[in-house]
Amino acid sequence: MNYGIAYRTIATKEIFRFIRIWPQTLLPPAITTALYFLIFGKLIGDRIGTVNGVSYMDYIVPGVILISVISHSYANVVSSFYSTKFQHNIEELLVAPVPNWVILSGYVTGGVIRGLMVGGVVALIAQIFADIIVTNLFITLTIAVLTATLFSLAGFINALLAESFDDISIIPNFVLTPLSYLGGVFYSVNMLPGIWQSISMGNPMLYMINAFRFGLIGVTDVDIQIAFAMTVGFIVVLALFSLFLLHKGIGIKN
Amino acid sequence: MSALSLRNLRKVYQNGFEALKGINLDVEEGDFFALLGPNGAGKSTAIGIISSLVNETAGTVSVFGHDLRREREQAKSCIGLVPQEVNFNQFETVKNIVLNQAGYYGTPRKLALQRTEHCLKQMQLWDKRDTVSRRLSGGMKRRVMIARALVHQPKLLILDEPTAGVDIEIRRSMWDMIREVNSQGTTIILTTHYLEEAESLCRNIAIINHGQIVENSDMPSLLARLHVEHFILDLAQPIAGAPVIAGYQIERVSDKVLAVAVAKDQGLNRLFIELTQRNIEVISLKNRTNRLEQLFMDLVDANPAEAQL
Repeated sequence: MNYGIAYRTIATKEIFRFIRIWPQTLLPPAITTALYFLIFGKLIGDRIGTVNGVSYMDYIVPGVILISVISHSYANVVSSFYSTKFQHNIEELLVAPVPNWVILSGYVTGGVIRGLMVGGVVALIAQIFADIIVTNLFITLTIAVLTATLFSLAGFINALLAESFDDISIIPNFVLTPLSYLGGVFYSVNMLPGIWQSISMGNPMLYMINAFRFGLIGVTDVDIQIAFAMTVGFIVVLALFSLFLLHKGIGIKN
Repeated sequence: MSALSLRNLRKVYQNGFEALKGINLDVEEGDFFALLGPNGAGKSTAIGIISSLVNETAGTVSVFGHDLRREREQAKSCIGLVPQEVNFNQFETVKNIVLNQAGYYGTPRKLALQRTEHCLKQMQLWDKRDTVSRRLSGGMKRRVMIARALVHQPKLLILDEPTAGVDIEIRRSMWDMIREVNSQGTTIILTTHYLEEAESLCRNIAIINHGQIVENSDMPSLLARLHVEHFILDLAQPIAGAPVIAGYQIERVSDKVLAVAVAKDQGLNRLFIELTQRNIEVISLKNRTNRLEQLFMDLVDANPAEAQL
């Protein structure tokens, strides 16, 4: 059995799926983030001045790009895999001799590629409003890929455990969105009063957004090494948990 | 060699329902095997376990000598499944559905394309290859699922009610296609509610009821155990009452229709002689029920002791 072919089949199917429906998957983030940059960055940002030594527009660009990566990598996997479950297409994979790690890798690849493509689109839009010269390309790309991987895995787990379409919207609406916006996208955590600063440090998204911001414009509120370690740690935990659920057949068998 | 071997296969669902009560079953290589049973008998659960869609509670499944637990990859590679319900992506084209399935089995692209073409032509779907599958008719969708199940060239093909809901013409053409697949050496396990289908296609049969195998034999032996057959006679002229002929149970169904129960050792000749002597002209004769259907009803009857076997 050639696992590479099985992996490529799943990943390619996933990538073509979101490209085929690009007006639903790639266009909306371009419009939404253009409005963010125009309203928050340009109109309001000009009155705010600088944050941590950079213009407010430049400061918010990395966060806006990364929350787009987060939401779209998550959305891609959760919607695609849940639909596969709902329509029973998952049986095509379950009857085939495809190992669970190949199934997981294929879906996560689809999520990562969509997250990065959306991130790329948002970055291009950002260039219209900001003048960003990448400080550290390696850190920027690595943290983007790791973050997309992490949230693709989270989307996969959500889809496995979901029993209705409502279940796949609860986490994005009530967990991901608040954590994203409270993760220092539009402000520096140092601007918060003491207790809120401490609470914010418990938000994992704060670390990813700041690490990405460091890579892009060289500014951060957190230790980059901690951000990388935390992201990789979460990836390992979620990957193992996903494989455990697949092994037990939870949400997809019986 | 056994194409499929089930040993003490048991399944208890989370709600406590015991769908399979430790069944044992062997299907020989090259066989065309019918697995029959009423709704809820355990057929789909058994097929679900064999095809890895359902986890078993206990017991073993062996496919061409490969244990499904210990040699999962080899065992799965031998199986092709045509499920009861349409389960492909309805937004995908016919060709991609089959091609992707080949990919899941690790088939190289070039070979997968060749096999996809072959299977779609075999199922008379090649001209529909670029059609989005939701636009297909019910019969075509079922043939897509057969093509998809065949693309990795399985040694064992499981057909779970493949002709349910399709009209008789398509059903007959699907029978021919399935027969051709079997004639090429593929072992076939068929579940169906059309007992005429099982009688026409299958050489061996198992009947499952309440999670247990209640019958397992070859088709001719099973049919030979039918002691009484019921016939419907269409008459040329109306008749006032059922004639009384010794040895035959005759019932008047309507003016020109009689129902007759005939013991197997009596035959029909004397019946026709007696009817002719009474100036009763018979213009046609047919079985009241399919022979297998009659046996099936007997076997799944709540009180097997009364079965006319």
